[in-house]
Amino acid sequence: MMNSIIHIFLALVLPPLLLGVIGKTKACFAGRVGAPFLQPYYDILRLLHKGTVFSTTTTWIFRAGPIVTLATTAVAAMLIPFGSHPSPISFNGDMILYAYLFALGRFFTMAAALDTGSSFEGMGSAREATFSCLAEPTLFFSLITLSKLSGSYSLSGMLGSITASVWMNSGAALLLLTGGMFIVLLSENCRIPFDDPNTHLELTMIHEVMVLDHSGPAFAIIQYAAALKLYVLGAFFIRVLLPIASGSQFIDWGLFVVSMLLLALIIGVVESCMARLRLVRVPQLLVAAAILSAFSTLLVIR
Amino acid sequence: MFYARQGMFDPALVALAATLAIGFSGIPGLFLRKPGLGQKSSVVITIFASLAGLAASLQLLFNKTTTTYLIHWNLPFGSCELAIDSISAFFLMPVFLVVGAGSLFSLGYWPAVKNQETEPVLTFFYGLLASSMGLLLMARNGVFFIIAWEIMALSAYFLLVTEHEQKDVRRAGIVYLIATHTGTAALLVCFSLLAAQTGSFILPAAGVLSAMSPFAGVIALMAFIGFGAKAGIMPLHIWLPSAHANAPSHVSAVMSGVMLKMGVYGIFRTLTFFNDPPLLWGGILAIAGIASAILGIAFAVAQRDMKRLLACSSIENIGIITTGLGVAMLGVSSHNTTLVYLGMAGALLHILNHSFFKPLLFLGSGIVIHATGTREMDQMGGLGKVMPRAALLFLVGSVAICGIPPLNGFVSEFLLYIGFFSQLKASSLTYLVLLAPMLALVGGLATIAFIKLYSSIFLGTPRNSNATAPHEAVFTMLAPPALLAVLCLMVGIAPQFALRLVFPAIEAFYPQLATADLSAEYGAILGEMSLAGLLLLATVILVTLLWRWRMSLSNISSATTWGCGYQRGTNRMQYTGTSFSELAVSVFNGIMHQRVERPTIRGLFPSSTYCSDIPTETLLERVIVPVFSLVGKLFGFLHRLQHGLMHIYMLYIFATLFILMLWAH
Repeated sequence: MMNSIIHIFLALVLPPLLLGVIGKTKACFAGRVGAPFLQPYYDILRLLHKGTVFSTTTTWIFRAGPIVTLATTAVAAMLIPFGSHPSPISFNGDMILYAYLFALGRFFTMAAALDTGSSFEGMGSAREATFSCLAEPTLFFSLITLSKLSGSYSLSGMLGSITASVWMNSGAALLLLTGGMFIVLLSENCRIPFDDPNTHLELTMIHEVMVLDHSGPAFAIIQYAAALKLYVLGAFFIRVLLPIASGSQFIDWGLFVVSMLLLALIIGVVESCMARLRLVRVPQLLVAAAILSAFSTLLVIR
Repeated sequence: MFYARQGMFDPALVALAATLAIGFSGIPGLFLRKPGLGQKSSVVITIFASLAGLAASLQLLFNKTTTTYLIHWNLPFGSCELAIDSISAFFLMPVFLVVGAGSLFSLGYWPAVKNQETEPVLTFFYGLLASSMGLLLMARNGVFFIIAWEIMALSAYFLLVTEHEQKDVRRAGIVYLIATHTGTAALLVCFSLLAAQTGSFILPAAGVLSAMSPFAGVIALMAFIGFGAKAGIMPLHIWLPSAHANAPSHVSAVMSGVMLKMGVYGIFRTLTFFNDPPLLWGGILAIAGIASAILGIAFAVAQRDMKRLLACSSIENIGIITTGLGVAMLGVSSHNTTLVYLGMAGALLHILNHSFFKPLLFLGSGIVIHATGTREMDQMGGLGKVMPRAALLFLVGSVAICGIPPLNGFVSEFLLYIGFFSQLKASSLTYLVLLAPMLALVGGLATIAFIKLYSSIFLGTPRNSNATAPHEAVFTMLAPPALLAVLCLMVGIAPQFALRLVFPAIEAFYPQLATADLSAEYGAILGEMSLAGLLLLATVILVTLLWRWRMSLSNISSATTWGCGYQRGTNRMQYTGTSFSELAVSVFNGIMHQRVERPTIRGLFPSSTYCSDIPTETLLERVIVPVFSLVGKLFGFLHRLQHGLMHIYMLYIFATLFILMLWAH
């Protein structure tokens, strides 16, 4: 019970901090002081108090987009274990639900973007649709590998049984897997090298361009949901990469928070060292990620 | 007491009577002078018969006993046997549901007053199509089955060519006719061989034939070709997109929602005849299924005609069903009950689900065509404002068909996924799990296709201002899709109850299965999923309430869409459906083919120019049509036999019969 409460509390509070850490890291690399760690929280609060402009073209779909995205990501956060603690909701086959919840959120985000009738947003959602479709097999190959290694059909079981000894025995498979998953983590969360959340040059982007017409509280919801998505996918990834457990409940929570911040730091470093890819390269990298994780699957099921 | 034994109504008799009533419902309309009366009476009869039939088939589904009716007649192929077991009863449910819904829809969509010439014929063949499907599900005699099958195929043809003054429709009709008769030819071989094996045309009982006998493989192959052509499994799908696109929408709903399932039923029924099938059969089914699913949905992404898109997605869904069937067959061959159970439950539930959301979408597209007069998605846009109810129903269908929770499409795909995963712990058939990422790819592609479909019709602003002013549909056109949408939601929210509907049919398919344990286990998992679905709905409501509260405090203003500084945006500058899918088509250009023409722009002030992306049908255009024209040229001399003189044709039939009888002597 206590663990579930901490789980929900962290999922509600921590996500924007990751964005803060990424921003600070990038600022350090650029030799700037950068915005404070808590800047994303300030941004969201500010947006919540602003007025809203709705395009006359839009219908209720436009308003439903952010709401459904946040709700699906929040339910996905209930399915994923944080660190060594199992998730509040867990059943056999929950990994399929986890994968498809994001599809629901995406469906509504893309529909909301197309509801504005703007070609920029149409462009963004076309890219999102294609790239997320290409990212889908990677996630499933990873789930297969994890399921085979752990002998479990639920996310908590899969991620809970990854330990240092599993890394010793099937290190090659896990390494390939984390490689594929990291690429998908970056692409699903629209980070460099796939997308640049900071530029506002609409033609170059995917996610930011889809939400161009949202403002005020709706945009606050979008920002928060994006942070939560990074947090949820990140928790999945970091649990595979660093399966550490101390045995003590509270130290484990501390370790989890530290590892999440470390992940944000890694993403910040990647973003600082790389340039955004040309759009035609993006599908190639995503297919490469799928093949990496397919390799890991073949290594474990042969 | 008289009613104590069977109850007042024997459900099998009710189902049979309902089937026949629907079949005869269109006849009065053929003779009535005054337009409208025939259609109304037919709709009333069809709806009541469907309700009765639906209740009866539900009861029959859970009946352990099978009622058999024998009609003795003097025809050479033996007595006609009719029986409804759980498998037949399961397949009867979508027949009655979709036919009833489509019939009500036709009142508003194809009103007799406006279509005096076509309506009586359309109504008549609609009833006949429904009735023949019901009868073929009950038929236990191979020849009677083929007769019902042919009535079904031909009534579908006459329905499809309702608007035969259009060239496209005639062409679609011809392609359909050739494809369906190729299939029937294979079925004739299949049933003749079966009769040779068993000694009579009565269909064999479950598991009596050995799969090891030399004929078994041929029978199964012929059944796969014959029934697969009807179901639209790749590469036997060539007739499907144009046929479904060109038929009136309520007919497309029945063709796609029900008639394709008759092909699946045929495969299903044929497989029950054999005991101990080899692994190869399941393997072929699974591979053909997943290939159909991927290719079908890839074609759907590239389409511009909304009904063609829906038709291609039918190929995908039939592919998913066939994959499930293949997995179940692999389970039968390897005596793995979990695999049989999950594959079969996934396939059967997907059959049911597809008969909810696909007719929903076809009826929805009927509403759109009725309102706009076009099927071209690129000409539409912004209909969500003028027809909000239809838009909502269409949205439910689109989300459901992508297999997204919390709607029904997700449930059946979920069962298939855990079926694929279930072999990870086993030592054999581990490679089955590789189907999971492929199904995930299918899901991703389906999302592209249906976002494209929904958005280009209902969202944004109208792309073509010349279109007639659209309007919200009348009640009779909204009620049937609304019913189907509610069913989609119910199965999605309470999947554990929907799973109960498929048990009896699975048990009939594989009696050795101890369904009780497995169904309790997976029922419990679906119960958890249903809770997660409810949690999702609750979260959506909670976030909505918070958002509304926040919105009530802030100022809301409206303005035009942000054009990034450009002031002169027009409706025609919106992203169209074709531009939306352009990126996906270019990434998957190995599978999706489009004939692309790009303008060349020269000089500083280029003049107006033209570009186009037209989806092509590679198999039909590159392979089938050339082969057929070659065959046509080679056998041109046979044209002399075809002169259109009826009495000579009858002489041919007589001569053939005579020669055959001499030969048999």
